[in-house]
Amino acid sequence: MRAARLVSALWLVVVAVFLYAPLAVLVAFSFNDSRRDIVWRGFTLKYYAQALGDADLIAAFVNSLTIALASTLASLILGTLAAFWLWRFRFKGRAVAEAALALPIAAPEICMGVAMMMFFGRVLPWPAEAPWPLNLGAIALSHITFAFSFVAVVVRARLGSFDSDLEAVARDLGATTWRVFREILMPHLTPALVAGGLLAFTLSLDDFVITFFTSGPDTVTFPVKVYSMVRFAVSPEINAASTVLMALTLLLTALALRVQGASARLVGAVGA
Amino acid sequence: MSAAESFVAESPARRPRLFVALGLPPMAWLAVFFLVPMALPSALSFGQNVTLTRIAVTGSLANYAHTLQPLYLRILAKSLAIAAATTLVCVLAGFPTALAIAFAPARRKPWLLALIMLPFWTNLLVRTFALMAVLRPEGYLNKGLGVLWRLIRAPAAALGFAAPPFHPLALMNTDVAVLIGLVYVNLPFMVLPLYAALERMDRGLIEAAQDLGAPAPRVFARVILPLAMPGVASGVILTLIPALGSYLTPDLLGGPSSLMIANVIERQFHAADDWPFGAALSFVLILLTFVALAARGAMQSRRS
Repeated sequence: MRAARLVSALWLVVVAVFLYAPLAVLVAFSFNDSRRDIVWRGFTLKYYAQALGDADLIAAFVNSLTIALASTLASLILGTLAAFWLWRFRFKGRAVAEAALALPIAAPEICMGVAMMMFFGRVLPWPAEAPWPLNLGAIALSHITFAFSFVAVVVRARLGSFDSDLEAVARDLGATTWRVFREILMPHLTPALVAGGLLAFTLSLDDFVITFFTSGPDTVTFPVKVYSMVRFAVSPEINAASTVLMALTLLLTALALRVQGASARLVGAVGA
Repeated sequence: MSAAESFVAESPARRPRLFVALGLPPMAWLAVFFLVPMALPSALSFGQNVTLTRIAVTGSLANYAHTLQPLYLRILAKSLAIAAATTLVCVLAGFPTALAIAFAPARRKPWLLALIMLPFWTNLLVRTFALMAVLRPEGYLNKGLGVLWRLIRAPAAALGFAAPPFHPLALMNTDVAVLIGLVYVNLPFMVLPLYAALERMDRGLIEAAQDLGAPAPRVFARVILPLAMPGVASGVILTLIPALGSYLTPDLLGGPSSLMIANVIERQFHAADDWPFGAALSFVLILLTFVALAARGAMQSRRS
């Protein structure tokens, strides 16, 4: 038994090194005072200063945050409506509707990306020359489409654990539907709404493939900008930009875990 | 659904306006911004480029005939092989990981799970970029191996073995790099369902097998493994689907010779500008995905 414990602990260390070493090296070398970033040559913040001074990179970052904010709000509304609908009503075709709502989670990103490119190219041509932030509309609409499914899954799971007896008791005591909704259902739902919103925000902020197909030369997001930097020149500035993005995502994730508790979040993650 | 839920669920006929107010916005959104766009590739795939900007849907099967050419069949077969290899490595590496977490002391479990999940929540592009720095010829892996080689070389020479000087391993732009990258990004997808299955397992069964004198390997093969099979099935599907459709990993870690199907699709829409053919390839990938999902559904319904 003791040997088994030792072996499994060692194995977890191996997995952790595999998962974390590349990221740790990336973060460490964003502070390294060397262009070739192989050997440690002393601490510097100059790559962060460079990234901050890169007007295109900052514009892309602002675009990403704007899109993430807009699509989070819209996904929260659509996802919550869908979750309530599926929870409240029993009707023919509910299973089909539930499966259809999960489709954007299951569809391969590349297929959704090219579908969106065709849709916004041919069916609903989105004016790329529209004034900011309206020119980001096509990207935001695509992000809402995949993010609201995730919100629906998270909120639906939380509604499933709602104790209906509470509602029955409140009604027996004379509470109106509105009062039941506001004072019993909403407090129960708040953690799922916060977690779902943060999930939608992170998914939007992180998305590369679908955005890649819907963005134009004037509507570049942060991941798309970092991709073109990676593709055409490896510079330590990318390490700094990546570290910032990683820190932001980790912060948001930590917040979500705090609010909702780990298990529900993990269920949301695998789309189960 | 649970008993508590059926208490709440009611017929739409009792509250028709609420039914429409809740259901219409999300379903209409799904129809307009998901189902219509996703239907476009299937329609366009039966068409042809008439001019540079016009595509006529002619009902021709030429694009599907095109996907059956040896070049594209090879890429499709290779994509499936790489995705299958990724899944296999993830099962082999993920099972001991899930087992170690499931049998860890209760207070450590959330931390160990977070350890697996945290990289999953960092940006895919960032993780792939981080791997590039490790796998490059002048990257950390080759640097480390070079140092090791030099350490071994001196004593080996003293003993009369003339070891050749160290040549960096050419890992970047190979299928191996793509495989490492895909395992790196997909491992959490495998560990989670495996862990969930092992956690649900009745520990009494293991104790009973041990009390009856079964040696550890036998307990594993006859008790733990069969009980974990639903988790393995879920994990396989959850790893296989994203691995098969992955774009970024083969694009950045693989070279021109390590293209997967998603990269070929992207080329038809950007560089090659052959949307109908790209649409046909995309439709094939969707089809493969749904076959995998249907298989998972069938397995689940057979179990219950």
